Amino acid sequence: MNSLKLKDGVSRKSAYDLRNPTEDIHEVHTLTVLVDNEAGVLARVIGLFSGRGYNIESLTVSEIDHQGKLSRITVMTKGKPSVIEQIKAQLERLVPVYEVHDLTTEGPSVQRELALLKVKGEGNHRVEALRLGDIFRARVVDTTLDSFIFEITGPTDKIDKFASLMEPLGLVEIARTGVVGISREEH
Amino acid sequence: MDQLKNINTKYSRLTGSQIVVQALKDHGVDTVFGYPGGAVLPIYDEIFQQNEIRHFLVRHEQGAVHAAEGYARSTGKPGVVLVTSGPGATNSVTGLTDAIMDSIPLVVISGQVPTFMIGNDAFQEADTVGITRPCTKHNWLVKETDALGQVFHEAFHVAMHGRPGPVLIDIPKDVQFATGSYVPLKFATESKYNPRTEGDMEEIAFLVSLMESAERPIFYTGGGVINSGTKASQTLLELVDETGFPVTSTLMGLGAYPASGKNWLGMLGMHGTYEANIAMYECDLMINVGARFDDRITGRVSDFSPGSTKAHIDIDRSSINKVIPTEIPIVGDAGIVLKQILDLWRSKGKKTNAHEVDKWWRKIEHWKTKDCLCYENSDTKIKPQYAIQRLEELTRGYDRFIITDVGQHQMWAAQFMKMEEPNRWMTSGGLGTMGYGLPASVGVQVAHPDSLVINVSGDAGWLMNMQEMGTAVQYRLPIKQFIVNNKRLGMVRQWQQILHGERYSHSWSEALPDFVKLAEAFGCKGIVVTNPSDIDAAIQEMIAFDGPVIVDCQVVEHENCFPMIPSGEPHNKMIFEEDIQANEEQLVGKAGSVLV
Repeated sequence: MNSLKLKDGVSRKSAYDLRNPTEDIHEVHTLTVLVDNEAGVLARVIGLFSGRGYNIESLTVSEIDHQGKLSRITVMTKGKPSVIEQIKAQLERLVPVYEVHDLTTEGPSVQRELALLKVKGEGNHRVEALRLGDIFRARVVDTTLDSFIFEITGPTDKIDKFASLMEPLGLVEIARTGVVGISREEH
Repeated sequence: MDQLKNINTKYSRLTGSQIVVQALKDHGVDTVFGYPGGAVLPIYDEIFQQNEIRHFLVRHEQGAVHAAEGYARSTGKPGVVLVTSGPGATNSVTGLTDAIMDSIPLVVISGQVPTFMIGNDAFQEADTVGITRPCTKHNWLVKETDALGQVFHEAFHVAMHGRPGPVLIDIPKDVQFATGSYVPLKFATESKYNPRTEGDMEEIAFLVSLMESAERPIFYTGGGVINSGTKASQTLLELVDETGFPVTSTLMGLGAYPASGKNWLGMLGMHGTYEANIAMYECDLMINVGARFDDRITGRVSDFSPGSTKAHIDIDRSSINKVIPTEIPIVGDAGIVLKQILDLWRSKGKKTNAHEVDKWWRKIEHWKTKDCLCYENSDTKIKPQYAIQRLEELTRGYDRFIITDVGQHQMWAAQFMKMEEPNRWMTSGGLGTMGYGLPASVGVQVAHPDSLVINVSGDAGWLMNMQEMGTAVQYRLPIKQFIVNNKRLGMVRQWQQILHGERYSHSWSEALPDFVKLAEAFGCKGIVVTNPSDIDAAIQEMIAFDGPVIVDCQVVEHENCFPMIPSGEPHNKMIFEEDIQANEEQLVGKAGSVLV
């Protein structure tokens, strides 16, 4: 009856070999997208995500090559493996998109985020905030008599951790860039 | 731009609107569908002063886009549309969405308010590139006259390469007036957009090895074969005939394999034939060529063709694994990949598992005996199926193009009209745009002035763009409008019967016009037919008349389109006329009822 049939959902070459695509596991992936730095290109990428119901966990974009008019978009997204595959294929389909890389699956990568945290406090709280900042290698970039602004870079979970430690010490405001990432492989 | 300035002397200095016209000529455009307005007056002035490009004045911008779709689909060339800013551009949105869903290459040019007024809510200003971003393959707002030529070259390239689709170029009025340098096509910067067209040989080799051993193979072909060009259809024909495998097609793919071919199973899907759908369910090797597992095709995805290995050939990688997981993904142009398959299969000695395939055919022949398209005819009232069957019989020998609108008549036309060649069947598949048929037939007739161009329509959809009859009369386009008039929104009514307890909420057409008088008012011919015995004469009269004709073919009101896969059901759960009569209970489950 089933002489030609491969296992359910199996594609001989893809990562589907390793997992059952019907399984409802949501994974976080960091994608980097190299695009033409032309008017509306970010709207195209964002429109694709909202139009097709994909998630954006974080998004950063900046020009990286002024002469060649290229920008790199780093987008963290969450979804089932099949949806992640679909997102990549949909991104590649956009005319101003050159390359789409999945840092989560394509070998080792470095992923960093920058955050600025305003912490207000007095006495021991102020001292403790400075001490913890030191441990996390956060820099104080501005200060008043009763507040600091810390600058911290690192992976998302490190920043999450630092922010949660600062909360009882008087965290009043936080601004984060979202993740930028790059592959460790040589080109 | 610096580069351009240095070599200015090499290129012509032209105004923006001259560049538009020159670029169209360079790309071989001889036909434009459009409607003038304030923001495109300079371009219209240029069009006035030349004779190489013919402009067809439509009556509504939606009509222009559908006409261009008909033109493009029937010629394989891109359709070109010219509209003004604001309402001109927003009226083109439905057509653009239709074209992107059905992969029809279009270049739409829209006027825009001058650059210094953009963002000021100027008269007839709309964010056209913003509005059309999701319904075009790509779009451009051109703010410098110097960039205009290159954008046009890129636009035609993008529309026609990879998976075809509509593109839009928005040109502010000051850019049309200003002078800039035009880069002729031969000096154009090469586009960086070049999707792969050749399939991966390793995947193809695996597919060919499965074709050699498959017991129950089937070709499932789609609009991609038509888009790939007539050569692709020829290769498909050779591959199907030499392997002896059965072939079925989506609505968009009809004509790629001739309906008279011996391996033809008819269309598949929601209103496809019993034999095609059951064969899809029972097959062990499914070869999808240029189709996209649309929900009208698959029915319930979890029960879709459970025992088969699936190969999917598509030029758009995002179509692969989108709906149905594929064991053999092949990204490439349908025609090129089919040729690769055919060459490899031939070089390996044209092997098939003939004994088993023979048994497979015997099963299929048995399913065919169900005669799933049969209907009970009447000698007092015209059955819509009968009307379309007679239309098929009486026009078969002609050099004909068939266009449809959307609804029951569309499905009956797909079931009963026999398409023998590609590019002769124009219909709104993905978007299901009522009002598509009449303007599309205008575009087809413009491209093929001496052919018999018939729009099989319903009464309701036809009224949606009936203003385009004016275009047909103005340009003496002898289009034949064959309106299957049941005085209902037939498909809506059918669903209400099956799904909503026969509560026919707003699905009838009260106060329909007298179509004969309407035809006369437009200055064309009208024919009404109410009796089955008069239908042949009416069709013959329609064919014979040298000019546009509206046929009001009044048919049985409450006829249902069968067979049908109810929403949310798999291929092997088709329903027929007798099911609906026997079963007063709901034929559609709860899960299915939320589906469209």
